[in-house]
Amino acid sequence: MSAARPSPSRRLVFRHPLVVRVTHWINVLCLACLLMSGLQIFNAHPALYWGSRSNFDRPLLAMEAEQTPNAAPTGITTVLGHRFDTTGTLGLSRTATGQLAQLGFPDWITLPAERDLATGRRWHFFFAWLFVANGLFYLVYTVVSRHLRRDLAPTGGQLRGIPASILDHLRLRFPKGKEARHYNVLQKLSYLAVIFVLLPIMVLAGLTMSPAMGTAFPELLMLFDGRQSARTVHFILAFLIVTFTVVHVVMVLLSGVWNNLRSMVTGRYVIEEEKGESSPSA
Amino acid sequence: MKAVPRLDRRGFLSRTTVVGSAFLLASCERLSQSSWWRDVLEVAESWTRRSQRALLSRDRLAPEYAEADLSPAFKPNGSTDPDDPAYRKAATTGFADWRLEIGGLVERPASLSLAELRALPSRTQITRHDCVEGWSCIGKWKGVPLATVLRLVGLKPEARYVVFHCADSLEPALDGSGQYYESIDLFDAFHPQTILAYDMNDRPLPIPNGAPLRVRVERQLGYKMAKYVMRIEAVESFAAMKGGRGGYWEDRGYEWYAGI
Repeated sequence: MSAARPSPSRRLVFRHPLVVRVTHWINVLCLACLLMSGLQIFNAHPALYWGSRSNFDRPLLAMEAEQTPNAAPTGITTVLGHRFDTTGTLGLSRTATGQLAQLGFPDWITLPAERDLATGRRWHFFFAWLFVANGLFYLVYTVVSRHLRRDLAPTGGQLRGIPASILDHLRLRFPKGKEARHYNVLQKLSYLAVIFVLLPIMVLAGLTMSPAMGTAFPELLMLFDGRQSARTVHFILAFLIVTFTVVHVVMVLLSGVWNNLRSMVTGRYVIEEEKGESSPSA
Repeated sequence: MKAVPRLDRRGFLSRTTVVGSAFLLASCERLSQSSWWRDVLEVAESWTRRSQRALLSRDRLAPEYAEADLSPAFKPNGSTDPDDPAYRKAATTGFADWRLEIGGLVERPASLSLAELRALPSRTQITRHDCVEGWSCIGKWKGVPLATVLRLVGLKPEARYVVFHCADSLEPALDGSGQYYESIDLFDAFHPQTILAYDMNDRPLPIPNGAPLRVRVERQLGYKMAKYVMRIEAVESFAAMKGGRGGYWEDRGYEWYAGI
């Protein structure tokens, strides 16, 4: 910090407590393994339905390979009755060994790569347990340590500033100085939605697919309108989590990748203080 | 002055990230094959079994459905037409001469014909069948509760599991290791909905769905519900049987406890 630039001045602040950093990276590992093993499991029957049972004639979504006598095989994805040619990606794709295979999702995104439902399930349930344990630990911490109230709950002023914050995000103008020490309002709202809505519903939808859990808690089947709907919800939410992660990573890249990464590893974040702004602790 | 080492560190970190991700993916593949990592992953099965068993009381019933919910066609999966000669011969006479053998750790080994099974008290249930692949069908099953049959033959005190030996083999093998078999513990064996079903949707069980007899274990996945059941054996342990993991699919990596 010896570089004596008059303005803006750089200062290291402590931003992320240890528990937040550790649970964050365990989450990264869990979500990556859960997504990829989940796609392996989906590939065992690449079709989705609504209700209690599978209406095989009218899936909401289906990925298939079609072979016609005079043409090359094609991968067809059907969504709500609309057919799309997805050859090469969905329904029909080349495996690592170069062979064309009838597969829902391609082998490079599934865990394990080769078709192996048994192993995919082993990965999925192991990391599901780890994910739930990690998530519960985080939830207890976030309430007890007041991280939730202090850092995640938006202030009244912030809520009134939502339109301005949206404009700032669209212009890719990120908070500087004092403002950069806190999550901004859009960040807070999206984190709260993911932590308290998206991920819990994801876990419940997953549990609803279990015949034992449906027996212990039939309310789960009512909540999701049946086991096959729960499977569909689980699938859709997986892609909402992917969407959140993509936006999250893009924001990290745009707002200073090394600074953000450092703060999620060591807890320390560099803020640039604007001219005339004195640091409260100095 | 400061920029040079910073760039180097950044370059190092980017390279580490790229190499690290590739390494991670390759490791996942290698990990999946390694036995120690499989052992680690498999602890999840016992966590699931213990917690689900803690949440389920012995007699808690799986949801039952109405006639209107029945699947128009109940999807047959796995074997749909066993080629075992004795089975095929029995099928030609509508299983009139077929007998279910019950033995192992029982006081009074028995052999029951289909007519004798039908004469025992029955239970009828409309339940959802969840395949490990992800799909579900709803069917109406009528059969004799396994508990009734087990009380008839009397389990010896050391019996802990009930094994179903089946007529079908999914993988032809000379040593019989391709023969379908399954096992459940007494928690599920004595559950009121665990029945030896001989009727499906008010008709004799069709061959693709497991004629003459299949087991229903409604709180677990479809592969536990063996079709073409020929012989029932009560055992203390299945460790010495075939692959040693208690079932055809279990010997091929699937969970013995299939509650999820």
